[in-house]
This record gives sequence, structure tokens and C-alpha cells, in this order.
Amino acid sequence: MKFIDEYRQSDLALKLADQITRMSDRPLKLMEVCGGHTHTIFKYGIEDLLPENIEMIHGPGCPVCVIPLGRVDDAISIARQPEVIFTTFGDAMRVPGSETSLLDAKARGADVRMVYSPLDALKIAKKSPDRHVVFFGLGFETTAPSTAMTVLQAAKDGVDNFSVFCNHITIIPALKAMLDSPDLKLDGFVGPGHVSTVIGTRCYEFVPNEYRKPLVVTGFEPLDVLQSVYMIVKQIIEGRAEIENQYSRVVHREGNRRALEALSEVFEPRDYFEWRGLGSIAHSGMRLRAKYSAFDAELRFQVPGLRIADPKACQCGEILKGVKKPWECKVFGTACTPETPIGSCMVSSEGACAAYYNFGRLSKIAERSHSAPA
Amino acid sequence: MSKAFSPSPLFERVERARRRKHKFKDTHITLAHGSGGRAMHELVEGVFLEYLRNPLLEALEDQAVFQLGGNETGNGNPATRIAYTTDSYVVDPIFFPGGDMGKLAVHGTINDLVMSGARPLYLSAGFILEEGFPIEDLRRILASMRDAAAEAGVAVVTGDTKVVQKGSADKLFINTSGIGVIESPVQLAATRAEIGDKVIVSGNIGDHGTAIMIARGELELETDIESDTAALNFLVADMLDEASRAGALAAIHCLRDPTRGGLATTLNEFAMSSELCIEINEAQIPVREEVKGACEILGLDPLYVANEGKLVALVSDALADRLIERMKQNRYGTNACVIGEVKAEPRGIVAMRTGFGGTRIVDMLAGEQLPRIC
Repeated sequence: MKFIDEYRQSDLALKLADQITRMSDRPLKLMEVCGGHTHTIFKYGIEDLLPENIEMIHGPGCPVCVIPLGRVDDAISIARQPEVIFTTFGDAMRVPGSETSLLDAKARGADVRMVYSPLDALKIAKKSPDRHVVFFGLGFETTAPSTAMTVLQAAKDGVDNFSVFCNHITIIPALKAMLDSPDLKLDGFVGPGHVSTVIGTRCYEFVPNEYRKPLVVTGFEPLDVLQSVYMIVKQIIEGRAEIENQYSRVVHREGNRRALEALSEVFEPRDYFEWRGLGSIAHSGMRLRAKYSAFDAELRFQVPGLRIADPKACQCGEILKGVKKPWECKVFGTACTPETPIGSCMVSSEGACAAYYNFGRLSKIAERSHSAPA
Repeated sequence: MSKAFSPSPLFERVERARRRKHKFKDTHITLAHGSGGRAMHELVEGVFLEYLRNPLLEALEDQAVFQLGGNETGNGNPATRIAYTTDSYVVDPIFFPGGDMGKLAVHGTINDLVMSGARPLYLSAGFILEEGFPIEDLRRILASMRDAAAEAGVAVVTGDTKVVQKGSADKLFINTSGIGVIESPVQLAATRAEIGDKVIVSGNIGDHGTAIMIARGELELETDIESDTAALNFLVADMLDEASRAGALAAIHCLRDPTRGGLATTLNEFAMSSELCIEINEAQIPVREEVKGACEILGLDPLYVANEGKLVALVSDALADRLIERMKQNRYGTNACVIGEVKAEPRGIVAMRTGFGGTRIVDMLAGEQLPRIC
């Protein structure tokens, strides 16, 4: 695949890994914020290439992983309304609520359909005038603009049987919460890639300015991630803390103006939004502005709206903050597996636990067994 | 993986949990139960086997192999080894690039017979037709079944037709059963892998599933990817012939067609049944560029995508090269190659050296492969 294989060359990877190893002289904890990066790291076995003193912490940027149980319950309750066609991205189908998942609700008769884009949901609405189509709006600034554009399109076309159950979240407040967390000691960030195509790089400037940590905006191919680790380590060794843009083929400092305009036209920040495992974070969620309330599923449907505590055994919060490793969780791989996830980190293949379970269980645990005396 | 593998207590803990036969707790059928992944295995073992268990079924091979005729005193005609199988076809859309449901129904059942070393003889065909289904489409399906059967040298000798009310079935479902005779003393079973065996695939993987995904038109991609649907009886006959010329019929240990669940699922079945490790090398796995590209866009992994005209074989190292040379002379084996080998540890695991230089586990999927959000 031209234009992709170039970013997956193993000879270049080995050279880069070698340079990182020669350069790094101290233990470093680097967090990749995005679930997409977590997926890349495990899918390509990047940790195998890094020296032992560099530890990757898998951050909270998997949107499916941070959606709280109560919101999933609300989604299912909307999906069960007889007039509703509930549309969602594929990987939200298996996310467990407090009792069941959308996939189960579908098996029991709810009309739940997988779509690749909110525009597909709007198309379904136009084709099914006697039904009401709800789109499960999930994700960071990566997916939120397409939801916003769809709402604008629906308003323009006068579609009155379409609404959004909005759970869109923003990355900056989460990043701040991470940095303010006292139990978290990070040395640098592999910064979001796709999110930054929308929001640009300027909004990360508080990370070096206020917290003296380097952040490198990074692409999703394995060489991107390795190069970014190289750039972060280099900054640390040279005593710098700056924003650098490794993903300059896509990301620009000012972001995508049109996408940002659509976002602020349609959405406004919520005072608080709950993140699974992390608790409430101020101004981290988006909701539809009053002007677009006709498209707000939360106003159209009665939902339970309950806050539901995570299962006791679940340590997703510690794992999302990188305080605990997935395999340090008591239920990892035994009671909590990709088939029967207890915690959200086990659900999406971007979740740290699922990534370890599916891809990394072997090398990481094997490595541990080598480094730990028997 | 270069280091000798010594399992840590944690690895063993996870493995124990992973192998434990779960009590089947689901209360409703979900689409995950039909995916070919772990949920389906649990349904088969936890529900179907509970009621229908017998020694032949219990082997959970793609076909039953038993003896007919002959008598135990050794007088008269010797017993004949028979292979018997059945499969249902519900593919949507019915017509797709490279084939249609009729062709698939003939090829799939032939291939299930052939993977036991059998020469396929006779097929049955049962049709469930939805009220309103165009006769013209039925004619097209039947013509393609006729051609597929003729090419493979089998005959459809019995059949059944049912018509259900509109909405009670989706257009057309076909069930085919097949019977074949095993004329050589070959012994093939998923349990028979041996340390040092080479893993052979007969050609490019992922074509069928990708062609179907695109034919559904959800993404409006235009490609020339066609289903690989094909009857592999002559390819397997060539392989058995080559092995017996080499006096090494016993060197072919496992043979399966990686249909639903793809190459990854079949290799996991071999690894778990044989209690050995299968290590594959990503760079050696043949995947068409177009398939790689389409899977990249669809968020799928070609390792888990269905094939309908490919086989995977585990064979002794000594026979591998010779076998591949012979396979390449058959039109359905021109891209045959070695993609890995069987190792002792870690047992029951499929590991892959990534093209990028790392190592990861290739696990069985929990349910359906769901596209990632971003």
C-alpha cells in the first residue's frame, strides 16, 4: 500500500529504535494519550523495540473506554423505544452498561444499526420518515465535527426525525486532569494525532509552559510513534520542553477552521461530564446548543440518567492514568476478558487492557517473567 | 520470542482462565454467536454438544469421518472411509464480485469434505425462499451451482424447497450437505500438529470477506476485489498425490479452509487443539494490496477476514518445499507459501512477528470484528 507502507518499514524502525536506545540514559514514563496510538503500539509490537528504561503509559484517549456505565444505560433505554432506530459506531456495540450492551439490546429486538458516519444515520432518517433515528455521538474532536456537520445538514434539510445522543468529549480538560493528578509522574506526551488535525497544536502550549513537559503531536503509523518517542527523549535529554509536530503532513498549528466553526456553532461545553474511571471533569463534555435542541435526543427521550459506580473489582481508573499496569489488575484476563469485559478498558481494541490481552500479553508478560527473579 | 519462553505465574493464570470451559450463560442469540469466533465456539460446546454429543460430533472438525461397509472379521469388502458435512449459506448480498450464493454453497461444502482428504461425490441442496423472490435470480443461482458442481466433478443428487412469508427470511437461504470418500490412508485432524511443522497457505488471504463488505455498498468504495470462492478438491488431490509419491502421506498433519473468522481463527483452532504454539511471520503472509488498503479503510484486519477458496496446512518441514512446488502448479495454489512454523511454547497461542519487527499475539476474536471508531 503506497503511502502507508513507507511508515511501516522495519529497517528504519530498527535504526530509530537503536538511536533511541543509545540516547536514553534515564528511566522515562511517556504517555500516549490516544487510543489509536495504543492500538498501533500493540499491533506492531513497538514496545519490543524500545529500551527497557522507556515505559509507555496508555492514556485516556479511547472514547469507548471512558464512557460511563450510566450513559450506556441511557443509550440502551433510547434504543429500546419502539419508534427508534439507534445508530452507532461499531465498537460501541459491545460496551457493557450496568446490565447489558447495545449488542444484547439488538438481539432482544431493539433496532440498533452500525454506521460508519453520522451522515449515514441521517440518510437512514430520510429513508424512514415514520421512524426516529438517533445517532450515538461518541468521541473526541476527531468525530465531533462530523456529528456537528450532520446536525447542520439535518437542520438545513428540515429533517425532523433525527437526533443525536451526544457524548462527545474534549481532550484538553482530560489532559489537564492527568497533569494535575498527584499519583501520576509523567515525563512527556505522545500527543493526539487526529484530534490535533481539528484543534491544532496551539492549545497544547500549557503543557510545556505550565508543566514543563514535552508533547509531540504524532501520527498513527508505527514509524510515526517511534519517531515521536525519539523526539520526546531528545527534548528531555537536551533539557527542552516544547510542542513539536511529528504529524505535520496532516496537522497544522491552527487546526481545521471549518471543523472548529461547526463545533462551536452546534455544541457548547457542559459544566461537568463524567469519565469512566476518572470521575467528573469540568468542561470536558459537549452538548447541543439550545438552538439545535430539536436534534438533542436527551431532550426528546426520557432517560434514566443515573450515575452508576464502576464495578468494585474494576481498576480502569488507575489503568487509564497509568498508575497501574493492566496485568496488575486482579481481574485482568480471568474474570475480565474481551468476551466478558467488566471494565471499559477491555472493550475496545484501543483500550489498554484489550490491547494487552489481544496483542501484548505474550511479550510483556514473557519479558516480566525474564526480568523478575523467580 | 527470540528468548526461550518461560511462562510467568500471571501468564499461566490468564491461560488457565482462557482455556476453562465457560458455563454458557447467554440468554439470547446475538450476531456474535455466528461470527466464527469464541462466542460461536462457546455456543457449540455449551449448548449444541450438551444435547447432541457423540464421539464423531465431539471432534468438532468441519466434517465427520466414519467407516461404512466391510465387516470386522476382515472377510469380504474392506470398509470405506466416508466424510460427511453440512453448511448453510446466508450471505448478503446474494450476488457479489467473483461469485454468488449458489457457487459459494457448492464450493463451501466441497471444501469442508476435502479438508479431511476426501474426494467429494454427492451434494444435497435445501432452499428456503422468501415470498416474492424473483425466479430470474433463482435461475442465475442454480446455473452457477450447476457450473460449480461440474467444474469440481460432483453432482447435486437430492434437494428440498421451502417458501416462507415475506419478512420471515431474507430473500434466499441455501443449505448444502455433502458426502465424499477418503481413498488414501491420510489422517488429518486439528490435534495432529507437530513441533517443527511448517504453516502453508495456498494463496492470498482476505479476498472473500473484503469483496462482500464492499459489495454491501456501505462505504461506496470502488475496487476490483473479487471473492476467491473456489472448490479446492483438485488442489488437495495434488497435495496428497505429491505426499504419497514422496512416501510421506503422514507428513500432512492438519488441513482446513479458513472461512469465517479467517486465517487467525483457523490457526488458533490448530494451536489450541494441538496444544502447541504457531508462530507466523507477517511479512510472509500473502495479502493483495487492494485488500490491505480496503481493510485499512474499513478498520478490519485481513487475518480475521473470511476466505472461500484457500486452505491452511501444517506439514512436516521435510515435505514443505516439495509440496509448495506442486501446489503452485494448480490454478488455486499459485501463491502458496510458508508463513510460519509450529513451536512448543507458549502452548495454545498464535504469535506473529510483525512486519515492523515486534511480536504480538493473534488471538481468536471474541465476536464479530467491529470497525474501530477512529
